[in-house]
Amino acid sequence: MKLSTTILAAAALAAGPALAGEVAPADLKFDEYGSVSESLTGVPGDPENGANVLKNKSIGNCIACHQVTALNDAPFHGEIGPSLDGVGDRWGEAELRGLLTNAKMTFPGTIMPAYYKVEGFVRPGNAYTGKAPDGPLTPLLTAQQIEDVVAFLLTQKEE
Amino acid sequence: MKFKALTAIAALIVAPGLAMADPDDDTMIINGEVEMITKTAVPEHMSDTAVSELMSGWHFRSDETQALQMDDFDNPGMIFVDEGMAQWETVEGTEGNSCASCHEDPSSMKGVRAVYPKWNEDAGEVRTLAMQINACRTENMGAEPYKYTGGEMANMEALIALQSRGMPINVAIDGPVADVWEQGKELYYTRTGQLELSCANCHEDNYGNMIRADHLSQGQINGFPTYRLKNAKLNTVHARFKGCVRDTRAETFKPGGPEFTALELYVASRGNGLSVEGPSVRN
Repeated sequence: MKLSTTILAAAALAAGPALAGEVAPADLKFDEYGSVSESLTGVPGDPENGANVLKNKSIGNCIACHQVTALNDAPFHGEIGPSLDGVGDRWGEAELRGLLTNAKMTFPGTIMPAYYKVEGFVRPGNAYTGKAPDGPLTPLLTAQQIEDVVAFLLTQKEE
Repeated sequence: MKFKALTAIAALIVAPGLAMADPDDDTMIINGEVEMITKTAVPEHMSDTAVSELMSGWHFRSDETQALQMDDFDNPGMIFVDEGMAQWETVEGTEGNSCASCHEDPSSMKGVRAVYPKWNEDAGEVRTLAMQINACRTENMGAEPYKYTGGEMANMEALIALQSRGMPINVAIDGPVADVWEQGKELYYTRTGQLELSCANCHEDNYGNMIRADHLSQGQINGFPTYRLKNAKLNTVHARFKGCVRDTRAETFKPGGPEFTALELYVASRGNGLSVEGPSVRN
């Protein structure tokens, strides 16, 4: 099954350290508006895998908070954040990358978690165990998953 | 609230005829007799928040779940009240006492649940109801304390809460508890864990909104202990706090510890005016 293969691959990536050639979370360069212009991997994003990251509860689970009509094959879209329909008309690639890696650089105080950040938390835990971490934190999404989600979001155009 | 307005508009445009996600206006009358206060004015200490009305979590649940709480024969939590009653009458510990030895009928506990957590002058500390139950066991009965979030504790809390059914929550926030209340307030607004979420992010800023398939409530605790369909048991306040903090990808606090005690006082005070509902029924 393609889906489970993708998840396994994602899990393997998420468990490992940053790959060579990737931008590490600490090395992200945000501009004054919170955008990140440089690709995190140099590898073009895969919108199909990006869609899976958005839908999958154990990966991005973006639809927990955002409604996306193109992903209506997955049930229960949330209402916490804005709809992502047409998001590719409203934001460019660098802006979307900035919003995904750390949305607070664009919108201070936003409820949205930072998906590519590993330090500066209050009482960070070991994933969802409720226990203290047993080593350095890994980001919520891998560098390539971020690129894949950016690629998917850029396909969301209404105009 | 901006997001709510947008959501409401989107719902009207996209899905006419579908149920709105906003809390409902149903009235809770238990056993056809006891009318409960499930919506009321916000207490003065919350006047600087965006919350315009207090709402029991009951309003955010389906009609089917709501109905379970309106008839004691349907409420699965009432089974645990019976178990609590058996515990009430059981002699335990070195002193040869049961709860009933001193407190007689559980109806002597009327009003207690409504005012906890509260200051204990002799101990010089804020005590939750669970702490007081365990203090009674260890000091007056010479018995072992219940596990803080365990089944026996939940049973006893349910029995005691039931005696105050319908009475408005009325915890004090000033005087000797003021410092602890402030600590609880600070924790309520602290964004914990790798997801950097505070209680307020979901339960003050986004109540009424859906997060995936869950309908976010105000996080009120007037209904505890709560029978959850999700785990088919009676749940204590601190166990629920622990689950919530865990879900922010944080290292949780210890049930029964000072942080959750302070948080319980603060969150309880955000429900001042709502009826005591325990044992309530939720998802």
